[in-house]
Amino acid sequence: MARKARKTTTKGKAAKQNKRTKATRRLSAKSDRRAKSNRRTGAKPAKRAASKTNRRTKATRRTTAKPTRRVRPRRRAQVKRAPVRRSGTKKPTFMGWRRKNGRVGIRNHVIILPLDDLSNAASESVANNIKGTLAIPHSYGRLQFGEDLELHFRTLIGTGSNPNVAAVIVIGIEPEWTGRVVRGIAKTGKPVTGFAIEKHGDIKTVANVSRKAKEYLQWASELERQKCQVKDLWVSVKCGESDTTSGLASNPTVGNFIDKFDAWGATTCFGETSEITGAELNCAARGKTKKIGQKFLNTWQAYMDEVIEPHKTDDLSDSQPTKGNIEGGLTTIEEKAFGNLEKIGKKTRYIDVLGPAEAPKKGPGLYFMDSSSAAAECVTLQAAAGFVVHLFPTGQGNIIGNPIEPVIKLSANPRTVRTMGEHVDLDVSGILRREMTLNKAGEALIDITMRTCNGRLTAAETLGHREFVLTKLYRSA
Amino acid sequence: MAGPHYIVHDKTDSVGVVVVEGVKKGQMLTGWVMQGNKTVRMKCLNTIPIGHKIALAPMKKGDTILKYGHDIGKAVAAIKKGGHVHVQNLKTKRW
Repeated sequence: MARKARKTTTKGKAAKQNKRTKATRRLSAKSDRRAKSNRRTGAKPAKRAASKTNRRTKATRRTTAKPTRRVRPRRRAQVKRAPVRRSGTKKPTFMGWRRKNGRVGIRNHVIILPLDDLSNAASESVANNIKGTLAIPHSYGRLQFGEDLELHFRTLIGTGSNPNVAAVIVIGIEPEWTGRVVRGIAKTGKPVTGFAIEKHGDIKTVANVSRKAKEYLQWASELERQKCQVKDLWVSVKCGESDTTSGLASNPTVGNFIDKFDAWGATTCFGETSEITGAELNCAARGKTKKIGQKFLNTWQAYMDEVIEPHKTDDLSDSQPTKGNIEGGLTTIEEKAFGNLEKIGKKTRYIDVLGPAEAPKKGPGLYFMDSSSAAAECVTLQAAAGFVVHLFPTGQGNIIGNPIEPVIKLSANPRTVRTMGEHVDLDVSGILRREMTLNKAGEALIDITMRTCNGRLTAAETLGHREFVLTKLYRSA
Repeated sequence: MAGPHYIVHDKTDSVGVVVVEGVKKGQMLTGWVMQGNKTVRMKCLNTIPIGHKIALAPMKKGDTILKYGHDIGKAVAAIKKGGHVHVQNLKTKRW
């Protein structure tokens, strides 16, 4: 209860701050413009630098090694359509943390991870004591069994193992299962310690954990970033509160990004099993081989047979599409599915099908993950599989975040951008006005993603969205 | 350049999507067919909210409705060209 009350107050404060919407909107518009002009000094000043050079010296341009783009003379700062050759996008780099297991993170969290619901209070107390650590409370971990228990462990171990996490403390009610999570995370080589509450009580545990957490946090604060390549980056995608503008513009923008990142050797992931319904054959055809396409179809069919069919009481037209989808003009699951699939681009093919929270094993490429279409559940699973940055197109304005994986929001719905601007990292509504090409939107998304990798906080991070929702396969014993 | 009132994804689609706010009954609308980059015009029969679909041709009850060039469900009522297409006249064939 206390926790709830505290959360509400925080939200109240946020709401108050957001009342200054006009100012905020202006700010976000500014930051969008900044997105275009690429002012960051980090790893990717190439775009602006290149265009500057081009503008200044047409003659010398030919002598440079890679004349990647044509640039028309511009008069105003706000140029909508910068002419860019499709093949001309420069491969960006970013400054990340390379962990002992070789994986690269873009955040440097020290997390306090409860094994079970009972350990949330202690975890949050520690995070309150040691400023800068992050507690990840959740609702489960007791009396689970079988595949559901395996998924619980896989999700917790995966969350701790994610390269956005520098060090982990696991708190559980008893030492056995706590130890299993600790051993799982320890395989990455990162510092991890477990604490059990039984025989100590909350107060003593919080004191002991706080000392360790302080040590970890100071250690992590001295870790240095280093230059990393796109191939080091694991990017997940999932859309939410979609509407028809998602399928027309924001999802294809993500698709454009995926096509480019796939060519550059990134590891990427999409999911949302039930939401492919209607387009499942088209999705199957996007498998790298027939066998992988069939693996997807089997996974989709199993979700239908085991989850949807036995439990449905109607045609799901009020759940999938959601009420928000319907408000936004989406009518049927088929329509939603074809819009959804726009996220995987035009040519990229997935190379494997993953179970929920399962880490990819076949190297760089696009993966499909069997997952719920509920935003927080899906992103939690993708983060647990090791993805470090998430692209989230929204139509009506899903406001989700994740505690460890930054969630970048883009929207093409001008009403959403106007009324919920504080949640939107990238406005691609220009596509619908024919002011912005898809390629240009894809480049803007690459830009904001690289800036996020270099440390820019996402809208969801600044607003405190840390939705961490475990997928539960069935009732506990 | 004024942007389009509605967008059609594929040439074969039977519906387009209104992409601006405030489209009123009886208004003459400009549409953009993305595939082939064509501009089209049509009169709108209903007040249609942003994001909602508009019929590009008359449809009978039972007709399959196409978007993205694919089957997105069936008409459960007759729809006139320029009419609002949504849950009242379009239903899934799934679930």
